[in-house]
Amino acid sequence: MGVVAIFVFFILHLAPGDPAAVIAGNYAMPEDIVRIRTQLGLDKPLHEQLVTWLIRVMQGDLGDSIFSDMPVTTLISQRLEPTLWLAISSILIAVVIAVPLGVLAAARAGSWLDHAVMVFAVFGFSVPVFIIAYALMYGFSVELKIFPVQGFVSITEGFLPFLRSITLPSLSLGLLYAALIARITRASLLRVLEDDYIRTAHAKGQSEGKVLCLHALKNAAVPIITVIGIGFSLLIGGVVVTESVFNIPGLGRLVVDSVLQRDYPVIQGIILMFSAVYVIVNLLVDISYTFFDPRIRY
Amino acid sequence: MSSVTIADFTEGADKSRFAEAFRRYPTVVVGAFVLVVMVIIALIAPLISIDPVKFNPIDRLNKPFTEFLFGTDHLGRDIFSRTVHGGRVSLVIGFSVALLASILGLFVGLVSGYVRAVDAVLMRIMDGLMAIPEILLAIALIAVTGATIQNVIIAITVPEVPRVARLVRSIVLSIREQPYVEAAVSIGTRTPKIILRHVLPNTMAPLLVQATYVCASAVITEALLGFIGAGTPPEIPSWGNVMAEGRRFFQLAPWIIFFPGIFLATTVLAVNIIGDGLRDMLDPRLARQMK
Repeated sequence: MGVVAIFVFFILHLAPGDPAAVIAGNYAMPEDIVRIRTQLGLDKPLHEQLVTWLIRVMQGDLGDSIFSDMPVTTLISQRLEPTLWLAISSILIAVVIAVPLGVLAAARAGSWLDHAVMVFAVFGFSVPVFIIAYALMYGFSVELKIFPVQGFVSITEGFLPFLRSITLPSLSLGLLYAALIARITRASLLRVLEDDYIRTAHAKGQSEGKVLCLHALKNAAVPIITVIGIGFSLLIGGVVVTESVFNIPGLGRLVVDSVLQRDYPVIQGIILMFSAVYVIVNLLVDISYTFFDPRIRY
Repeated sequence: MSSVTIADFTEGADKSRFAEAFRRYPTVVVGAFVLVVMVIIALIAPLISIDPVKFNPIDRLNKPFTEFLFGTDHLGRDIFSRTVHGGRVSLVIGFSVALLASILGLFVGLVSGYVRAVDAVLMRIMDGLMAIPEILLAIALIAVTGATIQNVIIAITVPEVPRVARLVRSIVLSIREQPYVEAAVSIGTRTPKIILRHVLPNTMAPLLVQATYVCASAVITEALLGFIGAGTPPEIPSWGNVMAEGRRFFQLAPWIIFFPGIFLATTVLAVNIIGDGLRDMLDPRLARQMK
């Protein structure tokens, strides 16, 4: 995480152009630029700036946006809600679709169902999120008019409108994620199904559903959980794109807008935050191993 | 006496080898065929299409399959031309990223696998890079360097390097413990020669497989970057930014997005299939695990 922070800092400071000159505008006097530079602490040596910045980040201060003058943390918290819902519902959809599909494919390995799942997995992996998103939008919103085309309704304004606005975005994002998870579920389960205790379970007359769900799935869980963690990076990338497609005012849109405006502190803050979330998620994943496989200890 | 030349034999052998390959790995052959077609279309793009950036206000938002095969956009530009020209940019970016990331990743992986002193430092840097979601890192790099094709290639390569480097490093670490490497060391073979003769060849197969996946993901990332307006500049059509311009007119003219999208998805699918097939061919053990 420290490396990420330092890296993000250097990206910003190696950027061409002088932020002080940008803030001062086209008609600024040279002395104004110098004044702003001193005000921002940009006249100090680089390592000193790095230390000040790191200390401020650790205190939860990500600086102010160049354009709106608002603290980056405020901007982020304003945009957090839609992104959070989108991420949660996408993961839910992905897991709900992918795990049963993977289990079924593994249980009926070689059947048409298995092949269908594998084809779905390769397709889901090859088609960019926004194409799925537009295809869904065209089918369900433009032609069938079941869901709104764009926009986001907060959950505080009623549950049903909220659900309608979030269904398509999370479905398009979830499908991509589901492809990844389904593939690993199948692979991992196939390996486990060859083990002796599965044969034992069958031999003592355990029903197939119980064998699959109780014995096999739990033992196959570690790679599945790992992929859910790794795929989180994919999810974050997908959030950025999906929010642009469906016009959802979340963090993804904030990143895109900031890039277009070259609002470096905001970009910096969001990347730092997403990376922190990514690291925490993967830490949780590591910890959850001990639950699924008690042999793993830390 | 009929004259039988060597050419006849080799031709026959080629044919049967191709048939054999097709029988064993039909998906790879199909994938390779699709990819070759895409490359050829990209290469002959100027011959089969008109100027992709020429404005033509009279023919705005024409429907596909009329005068214009894929329709036109809001400025009357021919979508077919933009799609095939966009393929050039997207494919060049895909292949360059795959090549660059492989070379850099191979280098970093070899060094950190062999020089223990720098291993810890290099791997921490790689971990740090990997902790930043790929697209965000690329976005940040482009935000500071400016959007040119070169910078897009670099911005997509940087997040891919750690993934390749980790793979190479893990192979190097296992190869250097092999008895034959130990034997080579004991008879006094110099380290560079060991790396060149023993370690490097062993990394090639997994590296090739990884390179195809990197290529596929680079094409997608390029499209995503172009799509959110942080990719190649608008005057150079790529699949990503052609689709990006179709966003505002989606309800009126979905074909602006769908045709480049179909091309993009087909290409990525082909590359992924080739990657899967290569993996099965080159590493039967891993293939069995994955199946």
